[in-house]
Amino acid sequence: MTGFERFAESFFNPTLIGRYWPEIVSGMLITVEIALAVVATGIMLGFGLACVRSYRVLPLNAFIVVFVDVFRALPPLVLILILYFGLPNIGLNLSAFTVLWLVLSLVLAAFAEEILWAGILSVRKGQWDAARSTGLGFGQTLVSVILPQAVRLAIPPLTNRTIAITKNTALGSVIGVSEVIYQAQSAVSFSGNATPLMMAAIGYLLIFAPVVALGSFIERRFAWRRA
Amino acid sequence: MQLSVAQGAGAVRVSPILQVRGLTKRFGPLEVLKGIDFAVAPQELVFVIGPSGSGKSTLLRCCNRLEDADSGSILLDGVELMDPKCDLNAMRRRIGMVFQSFNLYPHLTVLGNVTLAMRKVLGKSRREADEIGLAALDRVGLADKAAAYPAALSGGQQQRVAIARALCLNPKVMLFDEPTSALDPELVGSVLAVMRDLREAGMTMVVVSHEMRFAREAADRIVFMEAGCIVEEGPPEQIFSAPANARTRAFVAEIAR
Repeated sequence: MTGFERFAESFFNPTLIGRYWPEIVSGMLITVEIALAVVATGIMLGFGLACVRSYRVLPLNAFIVVFVDVFRALPPLVLILILYFGLPNIGLNLSAFTVLWLVLSLVLAAFAEEILWAGILSVRKGQWDAARSTGLGFGQTLVSVILPQAVRLAIPPLTNRTIAITKNTALGSVIGVSEVIYQAQSAVSFSGNATPLMMAAIGYLLIFAPVVALGSFIERRFAWRRA
Repeated sequence: MQLSVAQGAGAVRVSPILQVRGLTKRFGPLEVLKGIDFAVAPQELVFVIGPSGSGKSTLLRCCNRLEDADSGSILLDGVELMDPKCDLNAMRRRIGMVFQSFNLYPHLTVLGNVTLAMRKVLGKSRREADEIGLAALDRVGLADKAAAYPAALSGGQQQRVAIARALCLNPKVMLFDEPTSALDPELVGSVLAVMRDLREAGMTMVVVSHEMRFAREAADRIVFMEAGCIVEEGPPEQIFSAPANARTRAFVAEIAR
């Protein structure tokens, strides 16, 4: 057996591909499902927090800053393990799917808040002056003048961060969420061959390459220059 | 309070549209406004001049409460703006403001810039707002730029759009905060021409600016500020040719060089 044949045998074994693709595809669907749920709730919550923060109510902002710092500092795996194995002790049983979704949403929310907040701060103060001087209220100014500019600034870092965090859906394999890595790992232990993991890797490419493309499309879509 | 618009014999006495009394403002230890008394009659063009840091811009920004004064009174058309119960958003619609850095909204077209407040604040329909907005743009000579984005305009054009944006709300008073300071010299004229038209149409204006030639030719009254106080005020001939105060004289001599 040549080196190449051994390589192909270990990573691209056609028999195993044929046998395990339904599991890998069902894992991919679960991954996409969690990823979409995490992106939706995480970004919405993060944007909500950034908007609340711009009202500069001291106790609220203190809470937001602590929340953001904690969830940015802790590895998501730690939070996932604590919630999944710890909460049942106080009588709260969350499904593995729920725990994974909740933790990743909160982590994404923390980063999204920081990114959008930075965007809000970098809109020049004159924009607030101009809008307020024409009688727009604080909320109207935020929604019609500041956020459109802040979001545009936030899109490139937010795309990166969103991809980085949604890839953490792989951590679900640790608590038994049947996403793509979980499926691949069990296939590996049955077959004793790395092919299913390679299939999972290709699965991730199929899922995330379009997301990267979407991110740069949105960047171009909002490509008005700053005056 | 009554105030004389034209100085000397035959002065017309009318009640002011904007009246500031005892206005003070400090930024930390720095006393920026030390009790300013100041009034503007309807249709008057008042020029505020003075060295940088004298409090001119702060005074202007206090007049629509973009900056909160510490104490004093600001009456616009009889309404006290310093009253905590005052509906500031409603009052600000009646005070147009034009900024040194234009502050157009970069994500909106020129027409979007001038119509935003009409639609969000006055609740006008898009069609009605567009009609008024186009008329205002026409007034500043930029109706053909309605669909352009601010970044595609020259500084002078941007500033004229900013003037149109303020005009759309039909303000009682227009405040100009160094409207030509950020412009290349060859673009200043177009903005001053629009301001001259406004004056001829009877707009009440308070202008902080270093355009002394324009001040001399167009202003009804010059207010000279220094170190948070109004040192001297009077018609342009008096301030520029025969200032009573030594500090006014020094400042006028300095800028004339």
